[in-house]
Amino acid sequence: MTMHRDYQGAKMGMWIFLFTEILLFGGLFVLYSVTLGRYPTEFHEASKLLDVTLGTTNTVVLITSSLFAALSVVGLQRGDRKLAQGFMAATLVLACCFLVIKYFEWSHKIHAGIYPGGETLIQWAPGKQAFFALYYTMTGLHGLHVIIGMGVFLWVWTRIVAGTCTPEHFVALENAGLYWHLVDLIWIYLFPLYYLIT
Amino acid sequence: MASGGKSWVREWLFTLDHKRIGMLYLWCITAFFVIGVCIGMVIRMELFWPGKDFIGQQAYNALFTVHGVIMIFIVVIPSIPAAFGNLFLPLQLGAEDVAFPRLNTFSFWLYVIGGATALISLFTGGGAPDTGWTFYVPFSAVTTTNVSVAVAGVFILGFSSILTGLNFIVTIHRLRAPGLTWTRLTLFAWALYATAWIQVLATPILSITVVLIIVERLLGLGIFDPARGGDPILYQHLFWIYSHPAVYIMILPAMGVISDIIPVFCRKSIFGYKTIVGSSLAIAFAGSLVWAHHMFVSGMSDTAVMVFSFLTFIVAVPSAVKVFNWLSTMYKGSIRLEPPLIYALGFIFLFAMGGITGLVLGSAGTDMHVHDTYFVVGHFHYVIFGGTGFGMFAAIHYWFPKMYGRMYNRKQAITAALILVVGLNGLYFPMYLLGLEGMPRRYYDYLPQFTSLHRLSTYGSWITFAGLALMFYNLIHSRYRGEPVGRNPWKAATLEWTLPSPPPTHNFDTEPVVTHGPYDFSEVRDDDHA
Ligand code: HEM
Ligand SMILES: [Cu+2]
Repeated sequence: MTMHRDYQGAKMGMWIFLFTEILLFGGLFVLYSVTLGRYPTEFHEASKLLDVTLGTTNTVVLITSSLFAALSVVGLQRGDRKLAQGFMAATLVLACCFLVIKYFEWSHKIHAGIYPGGETLIQWAPGKQAFFALYYTMTGLHGLHVIIGMGVFLWVWTRIVAGTCTPEHFVALENAGLYWHLVDLIWIYLFPLYYLIT
Repeated sequence: MASGGKSWVREWLFTLDHKRIGMLYLWCITAFFVIGVCIGMVIRMELFWPGKDFIGQQAYNALFTVHGVIMIFIVVIPSIPAAFGNLFLPLQLGAEDVAFPRLNTFSFWLYVIGGATALISLFTGGGAPDTGWTFYVPFSAVTTTNVSVAVAGVFILGFSSILTGLNFIVTIHRLRAPGLTWTRLTLFAWALYATAWIQVLATPILSITVVLIIVERLLGLGIFDPARGGDPILYQHLFWIYSHPAVYIMILPAMGVISDIIPVFCRKSIFGYKTIVGSSLAIAFAGSLVWAHHMFVSGMSDTAVMVFSFLTFIVAVPSAVKVFNWLSTMYKGSIRLEPPLIYALGFIFLFAMGGITGLVLGSAGTDMHVHDTYFVVGHFHYVIFGGTGFGMFAAIHYWFPKMYGRMYNRKQAITAALILVVGLNGLYFPMYLLGLEGMPRRYYDYLPQFTSLHRLSTYGSWITFAGLALMFYNLIHSRYRGEPVGRNPWKAATLEWTLPSPPPTHNFDTEPVVTHGPYDFSEVRDDDHA
């Protein structure tokens, strides 16, 4: 079986896949907006409990990583494998930073009993409970996507090393970059919805 | 082909060849279908007499759940696209393979893993899930049965479905042979194209919904729990936003098969090619807007009920358009009553029976009366079994000679089809009457006055079973003993019939150049027995 290479086809496939990811989160955004409409004041109150500084830091971290991902693609297109790998490594380091910060945020809240079923949260108004249920679900799912995105970059890394992702056929890296931009994009929506609606 | 253990596994299970993947799907789906049918027979047996007979209520709940999960998610949704789409879409396009062969193998494996996960849920944990295939909260969030595992299986199956759809969209856009313009595409390909978009656009919503059930069960989130700020109605919306479009994933490919078969056996170009294409796309689009007709009694606002009722009526139009196109194609055609056409006619009749009762359910007023009664069970079985099931059978009988290079016994095939039509009407028509009289669905027991109708339905299930047995016997027997056929026993005009039967690994030796439409029979050669 001869494997054909179809750059347009590969890009098209990736865009459709990204669209399904947006729809996946779309279901949660629908839940968020319905619940927000029902409990505007509780959401407002609950949002104050999130740490805006950490959230902002993470936003900056993620946007920067997205920039590095784009630069990595450009590097490979220019024929500089080392440069591409360097930027890819930087992307991965920032992704780790994002997860570490997220870990501290979450564990801090969980220690304070603010998690679904937690002793503090369970005594609060239903609207606040709903806020945190959605907060953990959506940022959790987003975190999972960060991890998957890191896995994708590591896979592309092995393909660069193996010589199957090359300056001539760079679509694997380009698609990994697209995926990473999606992860970034979703966070850019999550951030104001949870941290800034106070 | 089967040359020793190891290489057989490699050749088949890790194949990148779309035809083999299609065959693998076909066999797996058939196996699951047989399991599902047997469970259905047990359900019908329990309902032969009123009262508890040989299975209790818990077992009954588990049985209809498992029956529904297997039939919907493992059999019907992948049935025609995954099996026949993989087998014949690239051939009809004049392509060497689908756009992403490795992804195709991966989808198949996801299908196997998802199906296995769903099956495992029956035998592990707290017992088979008992929620119904809709997994409605709050019950699905609190029941101690093995819902999480079953739902994880559904998630994986959904992912497989998304990837198949994605693959087909790109294949149709990128891999058409020279000369194969969009208006020369087969209607089967067009139907798969519309279906693929629904798979891609609707399935993610199901994925997130079932993920929410899992986290709800494992972490106790309370997203659907009113005491904690959630809302169970939101679950129903999310569920049906997928699952109503999903019924078009089930029916559109079958309509595509029928649209391909009818012209061949009437020796006439299809009436209203563009209308059929348009109606496929219209169904895909309008079908996404009507989900809440499953929720007329859930306590929506009156405005919402009216809007969704109205939209539901709209979506019936393109389906009816197709039926009229098929009938007009047959009008004054030189009709050959071969088995594929018989199954196609069975499809039209049964689908119409199901579709018309769909309108009864779509108008809010009458739905209030028959909601969650056997009327609904009758309706969706007419549509899914009579529609998709018959579409599947029609496809098998149409492409069987191409797949195996042999022909089945035509008399037996026609007899089986007729038995099936009788059986299905016997099985499901009494359900309409039961529903109108108020027999609720999902009950293992009933009032004595429903006995005779339930008996009738159970007799119907036996006839259906006999029809299926004859059909499968004929196909399996002919797979080995059938008379050899050449390239084009039906004298069809689409590209797959220009290849030897079965087609070689590399499909086309030289890239075909398409010069006429798929239903232009003027230049079709006779079968050459090559
Ligand atoms: C011989 C074949 C079949 C028999 C005897 C049969 C029988 C039944 C019966 C009696 C029920 C009603 C359970 C209840 O509501 O209490 C049922 C439910 C159902 N069946 Fe079938 N069936 C058959 C084939 C199929 C096929 C081919 C499909 C799919 C295309 C299918 C899909 C379903 C679904 C989705 C349900 C709903 C389960 C629920 O209400 O949650 N069945 N079946
Ligand atoms: Cu519906």
